Amino acid sequence: MNSTVLDGTQETAKLEVARIDKSFERDRQQHAVLKSLSLAVHPGEFVSIIGPSGSGKSTLLQLIGGLLQPDSGEIRMDGSNVTGSKGLISYMPQQPALFPWYTLEQNVLMALDIAESNAMRRGGGSTAGTRTAASREARRELARTWLARAGLGGYEEQYPQVLSGGMQQRASFVRAMLSPQELICLDEPFGALDALTRLQMQQWLLSIWEEHRRSVLLVTHSIEEAIFLSDRIYVLSAAPAQAIAEFEVPFARPRDEAIISSDTFIRMKRDIYQLLQTGSGQHAR
Amino acid sequence: MIKKRWFQVGWPPVAVLFSFLVIWQLAVTWGQIEEFLLPSPLRILEVFTQADVRARLWMHAASTIRITLLGLGSGIGLGIVLAVLLHVIPFLRTGIYPLLILTQNVPIVATGPLLIIWLGYGIAPKVVLIMLVCFFPVVVSTLTGLSQPDPQYLNYMQMIGATKRQMLWKLELPNALPYLFSGMKLAASYSVITAVAAEWLGAKEGLGTYIKLSANGFMTAQVFATIVVIVAVSLGLFGIFALLAKWAVRWNIKNGGR
Repeated sequence: MNSTVLDGTQETAKLEVARIDKSFERDRQQHAVLKSLSLAVHPGEFVSIIGPSGSGKSTLLQLIGGLLQPDSGEIRMDGSNVTGSKGLISYMPQQPALFPWYTLEQNVLMALDIAESNAMRRGGGSTAGTRTAASREARRELARTWLARAGLGGYEEQYPQVLSGGMQQRASFVRAMLSPQELICLDEPFGALDALTRLQMQQWLLSIWEEHRRSVLLVTHSIEEAIFLSDRIYVLSAAPAQAIAEFEVPFARPRDEAIISSDTFIRMKRDIYQLLQTGSGQHAR
Repeated sequence: MIKKRWFQVGWPPVAVLFSFLVIWQLAVTWGQIEEFLLPSPLRILEVFTQADVRARLWMHAASTIRITLLGLGSGIGLGIVLAVLLHVIPFLRTGIYPLLILTQNVPIVATGPLLIIWLGYGIAPKVVLIMLVCFFPVVVSTLTGLSQPDPQYLNYMQMIGATKRQMLWKLELPNALPYLFSGMKLAASYSVITAVAAEWLGAKEGLGTYIKLSANGFMTAQVFATIVVIVAVSLGLFGIFALLAKWAVRWNIKNGGR
């Protein structure tokens, strides 16, 4: 496993989850969900987490989002402890969660407004500062440009519920991309889509991301999706979840879908699949 | 397409009502029922052709509409403010909400005279009575809407670090709008009935007073004519709120804009 970086000789991780324990009480019994889980996302890196259902992936995201407090361990961003702080990540949920009373454009702007007021409360600083100064009109322009890039030009004034599931997810991704936080958490973003739309969305997301590198943490059920998109993959065990393996994905960028049929891809897919089946494993690479 | 739907939904009750009126008319004519007992529909219609009665009806209607709108408006305002307060301050909610339901068990015939004792014979006690009746459905429905947004929206807002205030303005209040409007439609239909009842308890003018006067004089046709006006005002008010709802929550396609 990549050793955590504290001494500053190496690049500081954008996100670092350090030995997190979390358990919930149910029926008067403690159920451990995460056990000494550690992982890191480096600046500009695309990292995926894959694990069986019920392996505590959403708990992990809620811990990173600051909604939950870990029993022990720390969450650090850019080296400083941010355990329990909210508003530091940009987020794309499984359901698009676009508000039906806002148009597409208003939905995107709402997320930017909230991110901006969070940044102001925190005293500006960091990268958020540049957008804080931008006027509302500039942000509107930005939202329009990006919605158009997502193939949603002409739909800015539409309410989300009139659009297809794929279009809604594209808008949801635009909303996450435009938020100024450097780390984007994607929570099974294409899980609710049909196979074909899913593939198109993955290619589209990849092309956007390769152009605008951000630090991404993707939670997914799909092994292919993880390999196709990521620089690195963490495989989680069943509950209590631990990182049982970590894979570096060797494919160069920009990638195209041809890699899916390469030997390396298929071998990696098989390895991960076996790990998920047996639920335990040694460090594999 | 909308017209067709309207017609399809609209014709059965219209047909039933029309047959009912015909049977009524025939029963009165052939059964030779005294007019002071039950006037025929045509006789009731005739009341509206008398210029002096019409003038008095409009005068009283105007007075009723005035207190209705004042009471309804203040009731809705009070209802929204109270709902938001109860929502934002959980202690108030647990403390006040059960008592609020309790107050609804006090009948108007008890509240009305008390309000007259306290506030005199002017329009104040009537407006307050209408307000008390109208604010309740608004509070209950708005509170429901505020506290039940879709969990996926709630989770999203928390994940991006929205504050309580942002949650309220961007998520909970818009989510409560359809609920608020169904509460307002209920309040609107209660308001006219309450206004008439309040006037009946004691007033110098208004449709309630006119019914009382007409009934005392055995002018039954006038009573019925007044009922027609009351129903018309009620429906009109309800219709205005239905249209308002359609416009304000036009994004609410899932529920057919209702």
